[in-house]
Amino acid sequence: MKETYILTTSPHIHNAESIPRVMYSVVIALIPAVLVSIYYFGVSALIIYLISIASCLVFEAAAQKVMGRPITIGDGSIMITAILLAMNIPSTSPWWLVVVGALVAVVLGKQIYGGLGHNPFNPVLVARILLLISFPVQMTAWVEPVPLFSGVDSVSMATPLGDMKTTLMLKGLIDTSHFSYMDTFIGFVGGSLGETSVLALLVGGIFLLARRVITWHVPATYIGTVFALTGVFWLIDPTKYANPVFHILSGGLMLGALFMATDMVTSPVYPRGMLIFGIGCGIITVLIRLFGGYPEGVAFSILLMNAATPLIDRYTTPKKFGSIVLDEAAK
Amino acid sequence: MASDTIKTYRFRGGVHPPEEKLTKSIPVRTMPMPDKVFIPLSQHLGAPAKPIVSPGDRVTVGTKIADAGGFVSAPVHSSISGVVKGIVDYPHPAGRNLPAVEIEGDGTDQRDGAVKPRSNPMDLDPGQIKEIIREAGLVGMGGATFPTHVKLSPPEGKPIDTLIINGAECEPYLTADHRLMLDAPDHIVTGAELMGKILGVRRIIIAVEKNKMDAVAALKKAVLGGDTAVVALAVKYPQGAEKQLIKALLDRSVPSGGLPMDVKVVVQNVGTANAVYEAVAENRPLVSRYCSVTGPGIKNPANLVLRIGTPVSKVIEYCGGLTQDVRKVILGGPMMGIAVWDFSVPVMKGTSGILALTEEYLDENREGPCLRCGNCVRVCPMGLTPLMFARHTQLGAFDRAEEFNVMDCIECGCCAYECPAHIPLVHLAKYAKAEIQARRRKAQG
Amino acid sequence: MFESIIVLAGLGLLSALGLGIASRAFHVDTDQRIQTIAGLLPGANCGACGFPGCNGLANAIVSGNGKIEACSAVSDENRKEIARLMGMEAAETVKRVAVIHCNFPAGGVGNKFEYLGVTDCRAANLVAGGPKQCVYACIGLGTCKSVCPFDAVTMGDSGLPVIDPEKCVACGKCVEACPKKIIDLVPVSRMVQVLCSSRDKGARVKKVCSVGCINCMLCERVCPFEAIHVIDNIARIDYEKCRVCGLCLRECPTGTIANLRGWEVVAEIGESCNGCTLCARACPVDTISGTAKERHIVDPERCIGCGICVDQCKRDAVTLVKKTAAVRKAAAAGE
Repeated sequence: MKETYILTTSPHIHNAESIPRVMYSVVIALIPAVLVSIYYFGVSALIIYLISIASCLVFEAAAQKVMGRPITIGDGSIMITAILLAMNIPSTSPWWLVVVGALVAVVLGKQIYGGLGHNPFNPVLVARILLLISFPVQMTAWVEPVPLFSGVDSVSMATPLGDMKTTLMLKGLIDTSHFSYMDTFIGFVGGSLGETSVLALLVGGIFLLARRVITWHVPATYIGTVFALTGVFWLIDPTKYANPVFHILSGGLMLGALFMATDMVTSPVYPRGMLIFGIGCGIITVLIRLFGGYPEGVAFSILLMNAATPLIDRYTTPKKFGSIVLDEAAK
Repeated sequence: MASDTIKTYRFRGGVHPPEEKLTKSIPVRTMPMPDKVFIPLSQHLGAPAKPIVSPGDRVTVGTKIADAGGFVSAPVHSSISGVVKGIVDYPHPAGRNLPAVEIEGDGTDQRDGAVKPRSNPMDLDPGQIKEIIREAGLVGMGGATFPTHVKLSPPEGKPIDTLIINGAECEPYLTADHRLMLDAPDHIVTGAELMGKILGVRRIIIAVEKNKMDAVAALKKAVLGGDTAVVALAVKYPQGAEKQLIKALLDRSVPSGGLPMDVKVVVQNVGTANAVYEAVAENRPLVSRYCSVTGPGIKNPANLVLRIGTPVSKVIEYCGGLTQDVRKVILGGPMMGIAVWDFSVPVMKGTSGILALTEEYLDENREGPCLRCGNCVRVCPMGLTPLMFARHTQLGAFDRAEEFNVMDCIECGCCAYECPAHIPLVHLAKYAKAEIQARRRKAQG
Repeated sequence: MFESIIVLAGLGLLSALGLGIASRAFHVDTDQRIQTIAGLLPGANCGACGFPGCNGLANAIVSGNGKIEACSAVSDENRKEIARLMGMEAAETVKRVAVIHCNFPAGGVGNKFEYLGVTDCRAANLVAGGPKQCVYACIGLGTCKSVCPFDAVTMGDSGLPVIDPEKCVACGKCVEACPKKIIDLVPVSRMVQVLCSSRDKGARVKKVCSVGCINCMLCERVCPFEAIHVIDNIARIDYEKCRVCGLCLRECPTGTIANLRGWEVVAEIGESCNGCTLCARACPVDTISGTAKERHIVDPERCIGCGICVDQCKRDAVTLVKKTAAVRKAAAAGE
């Protein structure tokens, strides 16, 4: 017989939040960027999304089955991984690149550590870095975006950041004159699927902020740090260093700052720690972009700061109520 | 001092659960006298009371049936007139059977002959008032049930400058204090002044949440002058928690492990203030209380005056019974109340509400993995990190949980209310606290 | 090419040199025996000895602050080895195992309410004493299993934990963790056990459980050794006095008492018997027969192995032997 009454400790009510609601909020926030990327990169983009989603779902379910854990592919977290993974690779990627990426993200990035909530590194970035190092050609085969149904063939093209780095190495100075701020803002530039449209990403980011899924701390400090640091270098020598607006609009910064550095599981949990995390991400990103071998450093910076997260948490634990000195209290 | 001049502050954290005050405009009714009551000897924090009646004894309303079992304890009085059947082991909200005095009523509702009103309560000296309060069996009626006379006896060297009367009633659903403030504002004010006299305090603040402006108005009308102020506070749970209330009203932080008296404050519930008035002016011991019988699972929600010792099942019956789909019955509010399964448990001095929740109001979700979203940290009014002590408690590392200040947890429920992973954070906190206390006792021998 | 080989080899050598110097410079003298003894200890670091892990105990033994017997988990062989190393005598220890004094699945103890919360008996116990109808019953959420450092506890299909006497080393972790305090450590030779811990009165026990102790006192009356007493409404066995005869479990109307010992013993009367009949008269189950002045015999099928006859015999003619052997012998003699 089923017992009539339930007993638990208090509280006996709960707000409407749940893991799936949090996860699907992120999925919804990603939709504008997904639509823009499909518009600019065409059917190949759509196919990459579909392959990514299908393979992530399969790997997640299989890994959970093998590891004897309950299968939770419905909770939405795997959808985020799948969409973000697709967003992190170029539209020209062969199908197997996506599948390998999914395998790395789901198994090596997440399930090996115990599944959702236990992974120390952002699974998508683990996959992106691994693919970038293992398959540099495929991972940088950028093409010029061609609006859907426009009937034009796509032409290969470097990303603004890659272009800048190459010219800097060849000529010793940079040239951003052919660079259109408007194009990058709406997403009409070369790059990985999801990183190009700053506008669409911002729309999603604002939605997440309004839903209280993320807080302002990490995106604001991350983008702010990149802006400030690149600004300092630009003021020092504008011929070698691009202006800060160029830096915050280009590359994967928006995608990283709004959707990947804010991943709850792998970023600090306390507000003070989030500030440190954002600043750290910003510094590393700028260092790699300006002085490193790679044109882009968002993924590396976030992964490095992920590694520092437990330490940051440890030193930013908030002070408890009433931990102040008595005399002050009794004023 | 006019209330408008009092500045209020914010305490950190807190949540805004739906208020659901279904019974806020239903006037209080007195439930007819039950034919039998079971009056538990443990209705307060501290030592159980010692029975002083034997089977067969005749008692009337207000007859003392058990005396305080120590300094931190309170006497217990009969709530009906009739005959003592015995001292029995009877179901108690704590989940065990505990000794209770069983009294069979004779239906006459006869009052104790010694119960005569006093015409001049304010002329009594503080010692006399305190003795009357002690004898009347008064305990904190907000739910914590700490004996009132103990709270009114701060040790030497702990001066008190402010008495706060807590009418926040921040728990969803509950409206008993609200109705009491509307019905007896003058009693509350006089009761507060009597307590102020014991403490030697001039400044008295009556704090009410802004969702009860009618009660604020009634209380303001009842305040005759002096340093008594009525303050309307923002609606935020747990506004009525002692430490948070003091922070919001006076911007003083009770130190960790400390008591309100460490910051020169004593906090008493409005129900207690009313009971002080009744005990001192009307010479009536604590034998009944206001209680909200509410929730989606109660057929006819009501605010009732209930006699201590009335079985909850009788109260529910009087309110038309439970609906079919009730899955949980709670004594107190939904954030901090105790769920019970055996409805023969009696109404006690601290029972501020009887709440019946149906399936749809309950948390259907099962526990998931911690996402480290930080909601629990954001809402914790004590500035704790529930995710950390919860994780260590789950691993059985109670000493680590203690390092994350689990002992400072006030079990308000904000963290568990907000947790998207539905981790039973309060349960883990209670569990860790119980284990740590057991270890401390063991270490002491 | 050569350059890099030389540089790398040089770096390697340099580091090796550094390590070598460091290991000399910062060398700490330790008693070799600590390592050896720690290796002989079980290595579960259960902490039941009162020292921080097995290394802690090894340290304590070597420094003379700890006794070998503090470890209940070490095998006899290793205990002797440690004693030899330390040049001392190892006292014989009585092998004990944990026993759960509850049998709620057999008694059909249901739940009072649906418990939702932390899956741990200690946490569940905070919610109205746990969901079981009997407040003394095993809650069955497996806290004993999770604290056992030796994997000796498994959860049975019925919800009652099962203790593997082979793996149990009587470290006492489960005894300490069980919120209902229904586990205790019992010498393996005293395994007649009361599988109930209810201190409720008989009538109330009957309401919720069919195999609970109803304190009828029959066991107390039948026990020839005064080893079982009903105290606080529950039968308790004094392991010092109990002789594992099993008379109480025959009498128990609710089947609360069980014999968990893996073997049975029976009495056997040897050649030196002179037929004094003392044993036959004392036998509580009348299983000794024979004519006066002649050697008596025991029916091994009916003998309960209580050993009263052994005490009675003035010539030391009666001994207790394992039942299987005795039955085989009797069968052979009968042919």
